[in-house]
Amino acid sequence: MKTLRQDHARKVRDGIFFLVMGGLSSSFILLIVLLLIADITFTSFAEFRTALSKPEIQSAFKLTMASCTIAAIMSVWVATPLGYILSRYRFIGHRLIDTIVDIPIVLPPLVLGLSLLILFHQPFPFSNWTGKGFILDEFLRETLNFPVSLSWPAVILAQFTVSCAFAVRTMRVTFDQIDPRAENVARTLGCSRAEAFLRIALPQATRGMITAGTIAWARALGEFGPILVFAGSTRFRTEVLSTSVFLELSIGQLDAAVAVSLLMVAMAVIVLVILRAIGAGLNG
Amino acid sequence: MIEVQNLTVRQGSFTLPKVSFRVQRGQYAVLMGKSGTGKTTILEAICGLRKISGGSIRIDDVDVTHWSPPDRNTGYMPQDLALFPTLNVRENLEFALDIRWSSRRKKAEKVAFLANMLGLEHLLKRRVQGLSGGEAQRVALGRALSFEPSALLLDEPLSALDAITHSSSQKLLKDINRQTGVTVLHVTHNQDEADALADVCIRLPEINQSEL
Repeated sequence: MKTLRQDHARKVRDGIFFLVMGGLSSSFILLIVLLLIADITFTSFAEFRTALSKPEIQSAFKLTMASCTIAAIMSVWVATPLGYILSRYRFIGHRLIDTIVDIPIVLPPLVLGLSLLILFHQPFPFSNWTGKGFILDEFLRETLNFPVSLSWPAVILAQFTVSCAFAVRTMRVTFDQIDPRAENVARTLGCSRAEAFLRIALPQATRGMITAGTIAWARALGEFGPILVFAGSTRFRTEVLSTSVFLELSIGQLDAAVAVSLLMVAMAVIVLVILRAIGAGLNG
Repeated sequence: MIEVQNLTVRQGSFTLPKVSFRVQRGQYAVLMGKSGTGKTTILEAICGLRKISGGSIRIDDVDVTHWSPPDRNTGYMPQDLALFPTLNVRENLEFALDIRWSSRRKKAEKVAFLANMLGLEHLLKRRVQGLSGGEAQRVALGRALSFEPSALLLDEPLSALDAITHSSSQKLLKDINRQTGVTVLHVTHNQDEADALADVCIRLPEINQSEL
């Protein structure tokens, strides 16, 4: 009969496994933690408070919260049907649409801002018969009395353009992971496609929608290039916290820039924790 | 009544050759064939979830070949059951009635009838995730029967059950057919099941795809 024997070498190999995996993982975590510690030690609480008491920073904080939230809601609103269509149906142009969705993700942010600026300020092709041509920004400002570029809607539009692309990706994966069979069975039970979507697919996608909203919100918070180009960085008008950091840096106010950065970190953490808690609550 | 004539389905490299059969109203028909002979494809074609490339399908003497699934009035129970995970047992049973805007009283009566027939009374408030194989199968059956379909299409309904549940469920299926008078088309590869249940047995020929 074979005598059982413990393999100590395997235990050592397991130890090495955890060491290597842990070592590689912790290098990234350490980097982020060190970045935050560096920020915190650079500034003092008094400086932090002084920076945050500035009315322009407070105004930027309010605009940031409002614009990020609106951009995130708009992103989920658009990404849910688009993600569903991309996940469930195969049609001519499917691959093209799939690629177009990714363009804001891969495009350099400044290029995106520039493209928005051109779209709003260049006369539309073949619109010259009216005289000077149709310019979208002029039409919105003069006819609808709703100025977009260099105003707060431009901030939201710039944030939405990028956020929505990430939200669509998330919603696509969400619907890919939901078995379409339940929707098919619902159709045999008498549902139209819309009813199957609303009653069966959508309730299963709520966690995905919260994740998409979270990602969209976080992306909107970090958006800088397109906002700077398309909305400008006018204090009390189009300044958001990411542009505040830039503005403070550009006038040599490093302390204020770091204070605003820390404020953004705190906002991001609070919002992510709240949204995760909502997601976990839905799951439970 | 279900009548399938010269039904052909093409799906990628799979081709279902011409199939024809007829199940009279109220009959219990068992559709038999080995794996890969297209049994599930035929059920999906009858309830409208699978596009067909030829032939015709008639339900209760009406040609429904080109109708969409909600109009065909067939109760379909897929092999994986596909219960609605965000709804509880009662809501799963009521689903088809909700879609039809049935009154609250009618829904309550129907759920009571189904729960009694299928032994689901104590489970009505439960989420479907926690159900055993036999319980989930009865919920799926109740959901498919709730709107009084013209035909009940069952895709290997007993395959995932243990021996004891298997025989009781087999009896239940036959009882449902007798009590409600619904036409049943039951897919299986189990000969004993077919012997016990079938008023009429339809055998699918083996397909040699290389010959197609």
